[in-house]
This record gives sequence, structure tokens and C-alpha cells, in this order.
Amino acid sequence: MQYAISILLSGISLGGQYALIAIGYTMVYGILRLINFAHGDVFMVAGLMMVYLSAALPLGLALPLVLLLTVLLGFLIERAAYKPLRTAPRMSVMISAIGVSYLLQNLATYATGGLPQMYPEIPGLSATVTIAGTSVKWATVVTPFLVVALVIALTQLINHTKTGMAMRAVAKDFETAQLIGIRLNAVISVTFVIGSFLAGIGSMLYFTNYQSVVPLSGALPGLRAFVAAVFGGIGSVPGAVVGAFIIGLSESVIKGSNWSVFSDAFTFALLIVILVVKPTGLFGEKVTDKV
Amino acid sequence: MKKVLALILALSMALSLAACGGGSGGSTTGGDTQQSGDSGSSGASGGDTVRIGVFEPSTGDSGPGGKQEMLGMQYANRVTPTVDIGGKTYNVELVYADNGSTSDKAPTAAAELVGKGVSLVLGSYGSGVSMAGGPVFDDAGLCAIGVTCTNPGVTVGNDYYFRICFLDNFQAQVLVNFAEEKFSAKKAYLLGELGNEYDQGLITFFEQTFTGNGGEVTKDSFPTNTSDFTTYLNKAVSVGADVIFCPVSIAYATQIIKQAAAMNLEIPLLGSDTLDSNKVLEAAKGSSVQLYVSTFYQEGGSPEFDDGIKAWLNEDSTAMTNNGGDDTIAAVTAMGYDAYYVALEVLKAAGSLDLTAIKSALPGVTYTGVSGAIGFDDTGDAVRDTAYIKTSDNAAGAWALETVQTAS
Amino acid sequence: MKRESKSGAWMVLLGAAALLVLVTALENTLNPTSNIMLFMALQKGAVYALVAVSMNLLNGFTGLFSLGQAGFMLLGAYTYAILTMPVENREAVYYIYNGCAVNFSLPELLGGGPVGLVLGVVIALILGGCAAAAVAWLIGLPVLRLKSDYLAIATLGFGEIIRAIFQWDKLGPVTNGANALKSFPTFSSFNIPGGLRLSTFMAFLLAGICIAVIVLLINSTYGRAFKAIRDDEVAAEAMGIHLAKHKRLAFCISSFFAGVGGGMFVMFANQAQAKTFTTAMTYEILLIVVIGGIGSVSGSCIAAFLYVAASEWWLRFLDTEIILSNGFKVPFLRTGFRMVVFSIIIMIVVLFFRRGIMGDKELPDLLRPRRKEGAGK
Repeated sequence: MQYAISILLSGISLGGQYALIAIGYTMVYGILRLINFAHGDVFMVAGLMMVYLSAALPLGLALPLVLLLTVLLGFLIERAAYKPLRTAPRMSVMISAIGVSYLLQNLATYATGGLPQMYPEIPGLSATVTIAGTSVKWATVVTPFLVVALVIALTQLINHTKTGMAMRAVAKDFETAQLIGIRLNAVISVTFVIGSFLAGIGSMLYFTNYQSVVPLSGALPGLRAFVAAVFGGIGSVPGAVVGAFIIGLSESVIKGSNWSVFSDAFTFALLIVILVVKPTGLFGEKVTDKV
Repeated sequence: MKKVLALILALSMALSLAACGGGSGGSTTGGDTQQSGDSGSSGASGGDTVRIGVFEPSTGDSGPGGKQEMLGMQYANRVTPTVDIGGKTYNVELVYADNGSTSDKAPTAAAELVGKGVSLVLGSYGSGVSMAGGPVFDDAGLCAIGVTCTNPGVTVGNDYYFRICFLDNFQAQVLVNFAEEKFSAKKAYLLGELGNEYDQGLITFFEQTFTGNGGEVTKDSFPTNTSDFTTYLNKAVSVGADVIFCPVSIAYATQIIKQAAAMNLEIPLLGSDTLDSNKVLEAAKGSSVQLYVSTFYQEGGSPEFDDGIKAWLNEDSTAMTNNGGDDTIAAVTAMGYDAYYVALEVLKAAGSLDLTAIKSALPGVTYTGVSGAIGFDDTGDAVRDTAYIKTSDNAAGAWALETVQTAS
Repeated sequence: MKRESKSGAWMVLLGAAALLVLVTALENTLNPTSNIMLFMALQKGAVYALVAVSMNLLNGFTGLFSLGQAGFMLLGAYTYAILTMPVENREAVYYIYNGCAVNFSLPELLGGGPVGLVLGVVIALILGGCAAAAVAWLIGLPVLRLKSDYLAIATLGFGEIIRAIFQWDKLGPVTNGANALKSFPTFSSFNIPGGLRLSTFMAFLLAGICIAVIVLLINSTYGRAFKAIRDDEVAAEAMGIHLAKHKRLAFCISSFFAGVGGGMFVMFANQAQAKTFTTAMTYEILLIVVIGGIGSVSGSCIAAFLYVAASEWWLRFLDTEIILSNGFKVPFLRTGFRMVVFSIIIMIVVLFFRRGIMGDKELPDLLRPRRKEGAGK
């Protein structure tokens, strides 16, 4: 029983952290039709910045600064690596995303010398609490609630503000949105800013739980979060969150079973199945190709 | 048709230019060694150098360990920068090639050393890269001395690969004995990285010995880049394991220990030589995790070496960073230090820089280093029967010697 | 027109033959020890050229964005290694599993000696390709219905699944689990002791033949159908091209050559281990294709050699500290800097030289416009 609860808890907390990354993927894909491969690495860089900044500054200052820098990084990546390719074929943009991810990982290796960096303790989040005999960190408990709160805020933003309306318009039809006077670049930048902000928060929760940061830390969570986004129906924020929780829980359950060898493979098998059975995901909208 | 000819000519010229460019660079270095060999016999004036190749990872998963191993060699090179070969004094130059911890980069890294005309190679930390680089050394007739590559496959079938450390089956046996003596363990939980020959090899040997003695094991493998180990640790609790054996690389070990600390795990963790790192110690500091690792060297084994290297680490900031930010001595550093001196012994015994002379002299060399007596058997493995088991003193953040084990 | 393409073909053939002769000559005249980096780079370059061309066939010529190349290479690599490893070495290599479940070796079955070796290696490589193609056919059934990005991510996932299966210890008696397969024939097995050195020649010959087959395919009616699919699926279908059939064909052929390339890769790397064939490797190959120019075979080949030489040879000096004679320490140089510089170069190519080295042109194309000028005079 205690074991089952521990699996459930770790699944939910993983799911929550994946959700925060998945939102970034799903929003960018919804608007640019681009799999932003560098998103997982932005998440990793946010973790590293926290390690370095918290060593130099008090935590109260470091936390907001990390979020600010992460947002700035996301914004700059879009401006430098994706904006020049707006008219290029989609494959070029995707390759550019892979290139950025490669660059970020190599920069991180250069900066850290490949040594694992210890994430600082964040008061409150790092403390442990015992739930039904299993002791976990507060970060684990807080994650699902925080995710739900953030998602509600985000859906409000998308559905009830002018920026949100512009984002929906761009997602629906790129060219028409431009025609009716929506400033495309501004909308895309806002998308990247929101995505990076959430990835920054996600990295704080994630690395408080799993404390060492290495250059490849972002790769696996990034890929899993992307699978979650596809699973939930890419382009849909609630879909990404639901998908993330499903992926997180199933990963945890597989790890707990005798098939732990295939915990990664299972995630991808799930992805292939969902793509084949229901290519638009759980909550995705059906799109028809125009000739 | 003229165009065709022109094209072919241009292409071949470009290629041969590139070849000559690379060739001339390479051949000068090759020539150097040749010359120094000659001048050695004729007794010409000093300033000659002998090159020792350092085949170690400084990036990738094994980067931290590889760097610590290199520190030992660098320190030894500082202490003893010269060697007398055939009655002549040579300066020893360390030549580095980063094998990036992956076996697809290892052959070119090995080739880099061969091309630079080194006389002997030391390394690597990690067995996979050693196995990938091995045939390159074998082809070139260049001897390599493995420092801490413990997988049996490294030396088997390769006449030119030797090593100064113990093997995985020995290490696993030592840890099984320890687990049974200290904890009367009947059930063990084994956790390793999927597809990593080091982890899986040790786990298999541990399982064989442990079940052979009547014990019971549960095995799990986690995929590369996993960070969430809580489920695995909870599983160990739920199967009622007496010990957890996790011979994983440093980055994973720090994660596992941190998460074990957060869930107040009461089961002792057993680790292999990779866990003997100050990053692991740092992770365990201040927690209630019981951690035991088997290793090659325990600080205090040679006070002279300890003091010397600590003094160097404290004055050289780059070395300190490479050691993980403090001056705790890792066993791999001691092994790197010993490896350097073994290399010098080999060169002295060979009496020249000729690769065949080195090859024939190497198996007969014996040396007593800070980590104990070193000699080679027929396959080229070290003759070793002792391993140190140390435990982490979580209050002080230091290693404490638990026991010295010999395989029975 | 016809005459021109014929002379083009002759030209390519002659060029390839000249290259082979040159490589053999270099290998046997230059000191093999001091020039080892050159030959290593040439061998790895040849392998990567083949894999890059096979990826280009899919991504550049058929417009199917697949990221499963490393997975198919893994299949070919393991098939090759298992089929060619001498029986006497199996006990030592599979020491954890007490010997191998497969107890024959193709070169030995074929009578051993040089003839057995060459035949065995070639047959094993082809079988490796077939294994990859068969698996490609199976996963192609569901996956090829997906559109661009989804196909990319599904094939990426497939690569990860394959890797996990090969690392699974229950299959250990066949795959050797996490342990590497080794002591099978490699490129250096083709060096005749005391005689000709043929290792680099072998790499070039094998890669050359495979690339030639791909080129012939691209210039056939199938190749034109592939290009039609790339340019406009709907129009291609309207023209009577069977979409599903041609996509599957391209996918299987590309995987076949990726499998052969995988076998050749382990001949270069001296050992086969599943953890080498990661997504990172697929990305490397993709970057080669992009640098060379999507849709250009000769571009992929040139880029493969440049990429390998730059990342593993020419830029290596960036990893070590250099102190100039006047005591000035060159800043930034330390471990990892090489890869930073290298990834910046890649980003520059991706952003500013989007068409890569060759665009979608081939080497012979470069000469043609000039010839027309000459004709005008």
C-alpha cells in the first residue's frame, strides 16, 4: 500500500513537472508548427543558472533573476534562430532547433566541465513531509496544485485578453492573422516568453526533487514532455497537462513493475500508438489539408 | 573530356594537399620520437622528451572521473618530470586525447595518440572506451596501461592492453562478502544504468555470487539520463531488501543518494569504485544515508602522497576545479599517480623508446605504489587481491575506512 | 542531352576510380602510424557519407522527415557483428552469458581465408541491411501514414525502443546485453600483413558501391517518383504515383543502406554497443545532410568528410590549453571548447548558408553551365 502511494506520488509530481515543460512545446507548436527541440535545454540552462546565481546572490534575488534570464533566453533563441527562417521550409527551422539544442548542451558542458552541479535547497520546497508513511519533498506535493493554478491563469490569458485572442488567431491561420493587423513577431515572442517562464518554474520544481544538474538533464524530460504534448493533442494547453500527467504516472508505474528496462521505450510506444490511432491526440482539433 | 581531367586533377590535388598537410604535421612528430630514440643511443645533448599518451574522458558521463584520474598523472608528472632511459635523461610530456566517454569517439582519440607518436598510453577511466580504443593501439603495436577500467573484456584478446586495477568479478565478490558479513544480507536490490557495460557487468557478477551463496536478488535498470529514482528506491523498500547495490556513474550516484536522503532510506547503499568521488560525498553529507564503497585506495595510505597532492590542489585552482572543488583525494587519482610511475618503470626496463622493447619489457615490470603492489599476469591484468571498503562519514563529509577485504 | 548525361556518368565513374586509386596509393606510401588520423578520418568519413546519403534519400529526395537512422544502423551493426564474429572468440565476448546463442560465423562457414573473409563480410553487411529494411517495412506500415513532424518524432521514438530492446539482458545470449560485441572482422582485417594496406580502400569501396546504387536509383523512374512526392504529394498522387508504395519503398531502401552503414560503422569502431547508437548520432547525420545540402548526394559526401575531420581532428587543438612562447595563455581554450566552436559553426551554416555546400546540385552540375557558355561562343 505504502509502495503504491509512493509510486502514485512520484508519478503525479513527474507529471506536473512534465506539464510545465509540455505547455511550452504545445504553444510553440500551435503557433509556429515547430517542434522546439531546444526547449528541454532551456529548462536545463534555467537549472544551471540557479546553481551559479544562488552561489553569488541571496536566494530571494536569485529566484526572480533566474526566471527573468530564462525568459530572456527563450526570447533570444526565437529572435536569433527561428525568426530568420520564418519563410524557410519547416524542416530547416526544425534543424535550427536541433542546432540550438546542441549548442546549449555544449555550452553547458564547457561551463560546468561536465561535472554534475548540485541544485541549491529552496526553503519550503526542499523540506520533507510524510504522507501515508512515504516521506517526500514539499516540491512533490506543491507541484500538481501549482500546475493547475498556472494552467487556469494561462487559459484565462488565452481566452480573455487581447494578446490571447491574437495568439489564437495566429494559431488558427498564420496569414489571415497578419492581414487583419496582428503583429506576428510580437505574438510569437510572447509565446516563447510564456513557454520559457513555465519551463523556468518547472526547472525549479524538478531540480529541487532531483538535485543534480548535468548538460543532458533537459534532454529526457524535454522529450517526454513533447510526447505528453502530442498525446494530449498538440496546440491544446489542457491537453498537454492531461497528457503530461498520464505520461508521468505511466512512467512511474512501469518503473515500479518488472519491466523497468522499457520505461523509456514504453513512453515512445504509447506515442506511436496514439499517433496512429488518433493523430490529433486526445484534445486536438481535426485539421484538413487544403490542396 | 578536358573538364573531366581538370576536375579529377583538382580533386586529387586537393586531397593530396590535405594528406600532405596532415602528413607533414604527423610525420614531424613521428620523426621527433625516432630522433630522440637515436640520440638516446648516441648520447647526444639533453632536451629530449618522451611522450606518454593520456587516453581519458574529460567530457561526457565519465568526464568527472576521467579528470580526477588525470590529476594523479599530472601531479606525478610535476613530482617526477624526467626519466632515465638507457642511461639518458628524458623529459616526460603528457599528451592528452579526450575520448568523450563514448565508444564512437574513442577510436579517433586513440588514433590521435598513435599519430602523435607517444611511447605508451595510460587510461582509460571507463571500460567501454578502452575496449573501443584497444584495437587501434593493438594495430599500432603501442602498449596501453588501463588505470581503472575494471571490465574483464578490456585485456582479453588484446596483447597490448594491460591494467593495474582489479577486475569487476573480484570487486563484486568483495562487496558480496562484505554485505553478508556486515549486514547478514539475504536479499539485495541491484540497480544499474541500462546498456552500460560497467553497471551491468558488476550487477551480473554480484547476482551470480550472491545467489550462489543462497541469497535473493531483485534487478532493475534505468534508462540513460533518468533523474527520478524514488520509485526504484521505494521498490527496494517494498521487496524488503537488506542492501541496495548501485554501481552507477557519479552523476546518477549523486541523484540516488540525494533522493535516498530525502526519503530517509534506512537500507545501506553499496557502491563500486565509481562512487568513490567527492561529489558523492558532498551529496551524502548531512544526511542519514549509509553508504559503503569498494575502492582502490584510502586516504592515509601514503601520507607523503596525500600531503603533496593536497598542497598542489590548494595552490592550483584549475586542478581544484577538476577535482570537484575540494581536496578530498579520489582513489582514481591515486591510481593515476601509480599508473604514471608504472609507465616510467616500464620505460626504464625497456631501455629505449622502441615500441617492441616496451612491449616485451612491460609484462615483467613490478612496482609498489601508493595503492599497493602492482604486477601483471598472463592476460595483462594486475595481480591484486585487496580492496578497501570505505563508508561515508556524513557528519564530517569525509570517507572513513570500514575494512580491507580480500577475495576468498 | 542523352550524350551529356552519359558523359556525366563516365566522369563520375572515372572520378570515383581515381579516388580509390589515390586512397590506396596514399595508404601504402604514407607512414601509417604518423598519419593515422588521416586514415581514421577517411574511414569514418566514408561510413558517415554512406549513412548521410541514405538519410538524404529519405529526407532530401522523398521529403519524408525521418529521425530513425541510428536505430537502423544499430540493427545492421548487430547483425553484422553477430554473423561475423569468429566462433572461438564468442565464449570470451559473451562471458556473462556463457557463450553465444548463435554459433556460426559467416567468414568461417565460407571456408575462412581471404576469400571467406571478403565474402563473409559482404554477405553479413547485406544481411544487416536486410534486417534493417525488414524492420523498416514493419514499422512503416503504421508510421508512414503520419505527416512530417509526427513522422520525425515517431521514428525518433522507434530508435529509442530498438535500443532498449537490444540492451535488455533477457536477450543477452544473442545481443550480449549491455556489453559490447567485439573481435569481429574490422577494416584493418583487410590489411595484408607485410603487404598492401587495404583498410581505407575497403571503406571507400564499400561506401562507394552503395552510394552508386543509391545514385542509380535516384536517376531511375523510382527516383523521379520520389522527387514528385517530395514536391507535391497531392499532385504526385494525381499523376498516378502510388503514394504508400513509393513511400514504403524509399523508407525500406534508406533503412537498408543505413543498416549497411551501421555494419561498416562497427567495422570502423572495432566494437558494437547499443548505447553508441543514440539520437545524438541521428542528429549528427542530419546535420551532415544539411551542411552538404538537402537533396545533393555529392554534398552529403563532402560534408561527411568535412564534418568528421573538423570535429575529431582539425579542431581538437581547441580542447587543450595553449601557452604561447611569450607566456601568453590563449583564453577560452579548455575541455569542451571544441564542441562549442563546432556547434556555433553549425548554427552559422544553418542560419546563413541555408542551402548548404551544394544546395540541391551535384558535383558534375557545377561544370555544366560553363560548358554551355563555351558552346555559345
